[in-house]
Amino acid sequence: MSSDDRLKPPPELRRIFWIWLVLSVIAVPLVVIFVGPALPPGSASDAAHGQQQDNTVMVAIVVPIMIGLLLYFIGSLIRFRSKDEVDGLTDGPATAGDPRVMVLWISVTFVIVLFLAAWGAYELFPGEDGAGGGLGSAPISVALPADASSALPVQVIGQQWTWTYRYPTYGGLETTELVLPVNQEVRFSVTSIDVIHSFWAINLAVKADAVPGTTNVAFVKPVREEASTIRCAELCGLWHGHMTSRLRVVSPAAFRVWIAHERAKWAPIQRYLPPYKPTYAPEPTYRG
Amino acid sequence: MSAAAIPAAGPVREPWWRGLGRFNVFTGIVLGIVGYVIGALVIGHVLSKGIPAMEETDQNDVEFVCGLLLGIIGFLVGMGFMNYPIARLSGAAPTLREKEEHGIARYFTLCTDHKVVGIQYLWGTLFFFLIAGLNAMLIRTQLLYPTEHFWSADNYITLVGLHGTMMMMMTTSMVLGPFGNYFVPVLIGAKRMAFPRIEALSFWLVPVAGIVLLSAVGAKGFPTGWTGYANLSVQAKLGMDCYLISFALIGISMALVGFNMLVTVYTMRAPGMTWTRLPIFVWAVIATAFLQLLAAPVLIAAMSLVLMDRVVGTTFFMPFSGGSPFLYENLFWFFGHPEVYILALPGFGLVLEILPVFTRKPLWGYRLAVAGLLGVALLSFFVWQHHLFVSGINPDLRPFFMFTTELISIPTAIVFLNAMGTLWGGKIRFTVPMLFALAFFFNFFIGGASGVFLSDAPSDVSTHGTFFVMAHFHYTIMGGLVFAFFGGLFYWFPKMFGVHLNERLGKLQFWFFFVFFNLTFFPLFAVGMLGQPRRVSAYAPSLQWLNDWVTASAYVLGFSFVIFVVNVFYSCFWQRRKPEPNPWHSKGIEWQLPTPIPVDNFARVPVINASPYEYGVPDAPLVANLNPTHAEVVTAGG
Amino acid sequence: MSARRVGTILAAVLVLGGGVAIGLYVALFLEASPPPVQAAIVGPHQAALELQTVAEVGHGENPNWVSYYSRTPGHKWVHSTILRVPAHALIHVTVYQYDSATGLRNPLWGQPRGLVGNVMFVNGVPVKVLKPELASHTFAIPELGVSVPLPGVSEEAKNPCSYAPCTLAEAHNTITFTFRTGDPGKYRWQCFVPCAAGFIFGFGGPMQSIGYMDGELEVQGS
Repeated sequence: MSSDDRLKPPPELRRIFWIWLVLSVIAVPLVVIFVGPALPPGSASDAAHGQQQDNTVMVAIVVPIMIGLLLYFIGSLIRFRSKDEVDGLTDGPATAGDPRVMVLWISVTFVIVLFLAAWGAYELFPGEDGAGGGLGSAPISVALPADASSALPVQVIGQQWTWTYRYPTYGGLETTELVLPVNQEVRFSVTSIDVIHSFWAINLAVKADAVPGTTNVAFVKPVREEASTIRCAELCGLWHGHMTSRLRVVSPAAFRVWIAHERAKWAPIQRYLPPYKPTYAPEPTYRG
Repeated sequence: MSAAAIPAAGPVREPWWRGLGRFNVFTGIVLGIVGYVIGALVIGHVLSKGIPAMEETDQNDVEFVCGLLLGIIGFLVGMGFMNYPIARLSGAAPTLREKEEHGIARYFTLCTDHKVVGIQYLWGTLFFFLIAGLNAMLIRTQLLYPTEHFWSADNYITLVGLHGTMMMMMTTSMVLGPFGNYFVPVLIGAKRMAFPRIEALSFWLVPVAGIVLLSAVGAKGFPTGWTGYANLSVQAKLGMDCYLISFALIGISMALVGFNMLVTVYTMRAPGMTWTRLPIFVWAVIATAFLQLLAAPVLIAAMSLVLMDRVVGTTFFMPFSGGSPFLYENLFWFFGHPEVYILALPGFGLVLEILPVFTRKPLWGYRLAVAGLLGVALLSFFVWQHHLFVSGINPDLRPFFMFTTELISIPTAIVFLNAMGTLWGGKIRFTVPMLFALAFFFNFFIGGASGVFLSDAPSDVSTHGTFFVMAHFHYTIMGGLVFAFFGGLFYWFPKMFGVHLNERLGKLQFWFFFVFFNLTFFPLFAVGMLGQPRRVSAYAPSLQWLNDWVTASAYVLGFSFVIFVVNVFYSCFWQRRKPEPNPWHSKGIEWQLPTPIPVDNFARVPVINASPYEYGVPDAPLVANLNPTHAEVVTAGG
Repeated sequence: MSARRVGTILAAVLVLGGGVAIGLYVALFLEASPPPVQAAIVGPHQAALELQTVAEVGHGENPNWVSYYSRTPGHKWVHSTILRVPAHALIHVTVYQYDSATGLRNPLWGQPRGLVGNVMFVNGVPVKVLKPELASHTFAIPELGVSVPLPGVSEEAKNPCSYAPCTLAEAHNTITFTFRTGDPGKYRWQCFVPCAAGFIFGFGGPMQSIGYMDGELEVQGS
């Protein structure tokens, strides 16, 4: 790379470019078609589907960059390795930097960054897919899914160390298992009565921190009938790793049957439960 | 240790207060214990009298915290940190010759020689690094089975917290401590740091913090991991105080280092050491120092507030008494995110420092690299809420923090471009430092690419708080910083100790480290995405084979550090290869100096004539003129 | 002394010292677990456990902490919460409850569930639901769906137990219930009543310590 042919990239670089182009053109469709649908968190809900799409896009961007960097590094390490001890002590060319390469490089990374940020922001609008993340106590209208008003409200209460669920539209029923009807928008209101937990319905791709004294709303629409696990994703003390719970997504009819069954099962305690509220601050609250 | 054979630098005058006793680590420990006893059994006991929450719960935080605080003060007094201020107040003349006697003893005293502090930092942080690494092995042992088999759940969480906190505390000083203190004054042509006693203090706070943190084991542990989220931390057992105090101490140490480094580089550069001739490692230190100076006080504040919630009964973070756990999350991550760049940036600087030497080319795009480092430093203050995407903060902020986070990939990509440009057309020598520097880029790319998944708010919903995050930051910190650290250590070891570490053992260590690092942490991305949250002692049985794979691989990874320890002993005591003055044929100014570097580095103020990267430049002058005439000093702007 | 000899001595000292230090460190984590207590086998696929709850241990490292105690088949009360029971079996549990009531933070746990017949017997009387304020502790194995509220003794009781282990002569409630174990494995059990007086949410200290208000149920195959 002498200063004479500065206008033209060196032949090695051109070779690397062509190999990269061919490999990327092969790899990206393979990623999109075969890897994408297998990526977590699956497609058991609209949010999961949206995140899977997001992950697919990012893998499809990362793979060609990875291929390019590997080709460049391995290629130049082989091409420019010193032949022997003596050769290794002679100096290379004193190239201090080419502004055009710098501008090109920064522009390309900037375009990728802009695209990723725009795409991520677009995916956050839950109009189509939702994102499944906690939206805080009073999400504004732009962050709500289209059928938010008809969503089934479910309160998630975290405590050291278990989850309970309240169904305010079914007489404030409180259960230890989460059952949801399929194809029904659900509005989780996640709260905690002691320390911070994080409600993670793994297959539904919903995660919302359960913060004491506040409520954290998350929307999701399960689209597949299946059983899965709920875990706590924020360290909450001794049995954090055991803070699991069962989630079943069932048909609407089965859901109604389950509700009736649970109401009968929990009837004895029902009159002792506090009236439904967004947050609870039971005694004792402070060291004393 | 041959570095101990430093020639005498003139007569050392014995100040009058020497007669009070020889202040060293031993008197420090004695006074520390005395301080603890007085603090806990006298002051704390009196203060906690009549408070049922302290007296009737077998958890007297007041006594414990008073003991720890007084113990720390006692240790520092015993180390001799009060001697100079008292001497000056009593009218003694200013001096820098504090504890500069020779031999191995000065490594256990308050020493104002920046090279001694660098070596203290090196072995000090490595010691705690190995303990934290041992904790990692114990953690992985637990995860061989889906439920508790080896340690009980509370011991396991304590192990996780100890590992995380210790690593975060020690790796912040892992590069800046040893190499920053040892080489920054040398590289800029100075005789010392700007504030040598503060430099010594910044080191001695590190082992104190390490010991205080480890003492949590004997105080029923702490359950919060390294993030110490309130209000769990307010509720936690006695060991939590150890975490809070030790992390606050490290915060103080970080702020002191940052401020000392900034002043040193800004005011003490040799004539001719213009900003564009500054080695890139020094630029990385500047960027890091800014972060430390601005971020660490927030950490100290957060730790103090939690401590007050626990001890005095304030309610800053108590949700049902007017406080807010969000406040802690914001405070912590406002420090915590710059913190991860405090870890990463010195690594960037180190590998960019190493690459030109072993490609025998100038650093490609030097000014851009500087811009990249400063850009990372600046941006890192605007991203902290990406840790809180699902926490229930205002959701409309997510696009902003997603964008700022992804913007950081621009300056980091610049560092990659610097490396790629430097490699092109070079005469690449695959020495051990070079291998570590190259592996840095492989690991850091995977770390950065996984970071994009985490920065993307929708995707972060599933990856947040899982092993995916854990794998991500191990790729950036262990794969990045620790690889850079070993690169720097192999590169500078001949200069620091006059011993060339064995290349063959070094390569063996490198390949074990690199291969098994990747085999350990890459599967953890999958583990996280398949539903395993961080810091759990029990997980889904379906993930057992993946976890077992990782554990087995982690053991071999741990073994690679044994090779390093063997290498150090073998090279220092058995091999004794005659040290070459400049084994890597580097142009750096540090290699122009004799080994070991004399006490004042430079006999006369040097004049800097060139950047250290002028490989292949015809008739390039030596970087430093070590014996300049008065006229040369004046023309250089001295 | 030659550098080589210094090196050998240093290396030997470091290896020895390091080995001892690592051994101590690991041992520190290992020893903290209380001893396991085997359930008494009382029939084919049936076992019996006897537990007691005390307001204050009264001795040892944490004399003020509330705690569970377990009884070995040899009728000795031990300070342990690691219980070993057979798999696929009926476990008959007897809890002697010596502590007074604290009340539940989540009233839902006032209903015994996951039991055979979903009923517990308090001093021989079947109980389907307990007023949440009356609960003193709960015995809960969330992974098996078991949750039993334990009514506290009256604060005015004549003969309160002050130090563990308590005897039947002191004021107590006897609660019996039966649950069924499934596959072998380790399950955690805990108390859901905020009974750690003086701690935040009543949930610090003993509530987060195995051997006090938390334990492990080791379900073992035959």
